[in-house]
Amino acid sequence: MMSMTESTNNGDTQPVARLKMEGISKSFGGVAALREVDFELREGEVHGLVGENGAGKSTMMKIIAGVHTGYTGRMLLDGKQVHFHSARDALDAGIGMVHQELSIVPDLSVAENVYLGKQPTRNGVVDWKAMREGAKRQLEMLGINVDPRATMGSLPIGLQQLIELARVIYSGARIIILDEPTSALSPPEVRRLFEVLRGVRASGRSIVFISHFLDDILEISDTVTIFRNGKRVATQPVPAIDKSWVIEQMIGLGHEDLEESYTGAIALDSKPAAPIVLATRDLASGRAFTDVSLEVRAGEVLGIYGFMGCGQLELARALFGKVKPDAGGLVIEGKPVRFKNTAQARRAGIAFVPESRRSMLFYHEPVYKNVSISSLGRISRLWLKPAVERGIAETQVKALNIKPAKVKALLGGLSGGNQQKVALAKWLAYPTKVLVLSEPTRGMDVGAKDDVVKIVRGLRDQGMAVVVVSAEPETVLSLADRIVVMKKGRIVKEFASETISKDRLLEAA
Amino acid sequence: MNTQTLPAAGNVRFRNFLRSQMRNIAPFVTLIALVVFFAVASPSFLTVDNLGNILTTMSVTGIMAVGLTFVILCAEIDLSFAAIANATGIAVAYFTAQEAYVNVANVPLSGGMAIVLALIGCLVLGFVNAIGMTKVGIPSFIMTLAMMQIGAGICALLVRGQILYAVPPQVSYLGTESIGGVPVIVLVLALFLLVGHLVLTYTRFGRYVYMVGGNREAAEFSGVNVKLILGAVMVISAFCAGTSGMLGVAYFGSAQQDEFNGFLLDAISAVVVGGTSLFGGRGGIGNTIIGLCVLGVLNNGLDHVQIDSFLKILIRGLILLIALIINVYAQNLRAQQIQSTE
Repeated sequence: MMSMTESTNNGDTQPVARLKMEGISKSFGGVAALREVDFELREGEVHGLVGENGAGKSTMMKIIAGVHTGYTGRMLLDGKQVHFHSARDALDAGIGMVHQELSIVPDLSVAENVYLGKQPTRNGVVDWKAMREGAKRQLEMLGINVDPRATMGSLPIGLQQLIELARVIYSGARIIILDEPTSALSPPEVRRLFEVLRGVRASGRSIVFISHFLDDILEISDTVTIFRNGKRVATQPVPAIDKSWVIEQMIGLGHEDLEESYTGAIALDSKPAAPIVLATRDLASGRAFTDVSLEVRAGEVLGIYGFMGCGQLELARALFGKVKPDAGGLVIEGKPVRFKNTAQARRAGIAFVPESRRSMLFYHEPVYKNVSISSLGRISRLWLKPAVERGIAETQVKALNIKPAKVKALLGGLSGGNQQKVALAKWLAYPTKVLVLSEPTRGMDVGAKDDVVKIVRGLRDQGMAVVVVSAEPETVLSLADRIVVMKKGRIVKEFASETISKDRLLEAA
Repeated sequence: MNTQTLPAAGNVRFRNFLRSQMRNIAPFVTLIALVVFFAVASPSFLTVDNLGNILTTMSVTGIMAVGLTFVILCAEIDLSFAAIANATGIAVAYFTAQEAYVNVANVPLSGGMAIVLALIGCLVLGFVNAIGMTKVGIPSFIMTLAMMQIGAGICALLVRGQILYAVPPQVSYLGTESIGGVPVIVLVLALFLLVGHLVLTYTRFGRYVYMVGGNREAAEFSGVNVKLILGAVMVISAFCAGTSGMLGVAYFGSAQQDEFNGFLLDAISAVVVGGTSLFGGRGGIGNTIIGLCVLGVLNNGLDHVQIDSFLKILIRGLILLIALIINVYAQNLRAQQIQSTE
């Protein structure tokens, strides 16, 4: 009751607190995710939220968005105490969230997605014309020029994200929570998103912006809040802080060297004399990519960089036999091969980690079964040998510093970063010839990214050929010894044995 | 502080355990409840003779359910196994010399030959299911729906509305004889359950079945030949159905059109009531055994109590509905648990 008067008293000098969270605690199965956290969101501000994986920022936002309903503490919306029982409740109260995993319907049209669940009707029938025109108008206001009849799934991820954002905005949300909105976007798309967000802010709405990209956070936010270990450690207005201060708050002192900016020159340690392990010859697949010829060498990390939708993800799948090429072929150690399925690629010594953990891991199964699945054929012929599997898993868990170090623990109970390491571990029990990693550090905090860099370099130094495919320049720059750039399905540039910087890489794409 | 938090933490753990074991506990509790209910309601229910009856009558269903368990664990469905069982049972009788009064132009062969031909027949039908699903890409529901018709069509062509009686002596032995008071068909069921359990739990193939059902995409990205596994489970299902069909024909004493139609729903019910997830990846032969017992006790018990025989069908439907609700509910609990630990 006191807080009601308190929060409105500030109104004369500063924007009003639209949302106030007081003493929020939340635990999952006895593990505290949030401990006595206060949080305040003002009217017409962009509030950046940063913290390592598992720091509690997503949990906090899911409480606000009505996804998590059991918690202790008070939530005040416009000074009135509220408690949401579902995401629907939150949406009705004007709080919308765009999750990292988009909730679009890929088989429906753009217009249908924009109007999902509230199609305009005339005489009880869906008014398609009004829907198409309305969707087009709304999207154009956000600077998105797209045919409303296009199928959602056929559009680039960046565009899908903006369309989902449009849906949340036009659903009447006054508080919009964006979880990692820029991780799949190319720089021009990010700029467009920021223009849109500034417009939204100007209309008096409040935005929460969760991201690992500190440059993005600092560019768009008015205020930044930092979470660490389930607690809020700092909240500061943006002009007063810089990147190194934020990193310091996120992970404690003395870790500034973890985050390199890659704006300076980086020397590529290419090995042109090393033997070629895998090569592609004029590889092509539908509209995804054409005429791709590249060579992967032993003991070298090949980075393939391109904006989202430039064909690099499909190319990585083609190397693993998941996508069948229409033309061209693969050559492994001089022998042409043609993979009918992923099992053949695995037997030929190719390993692949896709960009999404969900498509790589078995959440209901213990860690050791996740680790052993890819090498089961080498561990046993007919009868399983669980003791051997667990032994192998224990070695990998130690080597990759996976926590908790219990191989019988269910995978679903691990944090995101540790799950990602398990996805990698399954290929390391037995040496593979070529390791293809698609977006190996997406959504990871700086500490976990550093672990991945160390692991990949270690494998390279043992003579493994590694391919890293990414739309994040930092990922490629931090890992690769040689970089090819893909643009609209073709290789447009190769950087080898020279120095390179982020802006040169972006320029080439 | 400590004395207060410790029991609370233990409580949470116990609750989590109960939640995660829901799909195993619920069918077991159902079974116990049904047994207790019928034991109290009817003095003739809980006798050695009657328990033997229950076991024998669930044998034909049980052998089919073993193969079906593999299919459902892969998150697929087989609607054709009852028709395949029927076709195989008719085929084995078709290749056996019949009495003079049987009016079917059949092809009498030696007993061994008849059995081999019938088994090859059911394997071919399973293989066609596998090809349709994995090479052509037809969803299992539709593919096996078509196969159900094809199986019925084969039956119709072979018997042309007549009834066959004689089966090879080997089949007759397995389907009708007893060893030391135990019907051989029950022993065959036990053997199928045992082998099924061993394959699913202790072999590499079994692990692949669970993984393909648990997350098909992840299995593929782990280098598992998903199509091979899916094809194999369809052939296994057809093989179990074929065996069951041959023994069933011997057990019932006749081979005719539409003989096994009722077994389609019975076997699916047994697998699902037992707690094997329709979404794949969870459950197993242990669950199928419980499911078979629930169904067997229910079917048998309803005959022992004074109840409108027309009401029995409705009661069975309701029990299946409750099992489905628990199945889906357990799946959601599980998903919540996984999500909440993220």
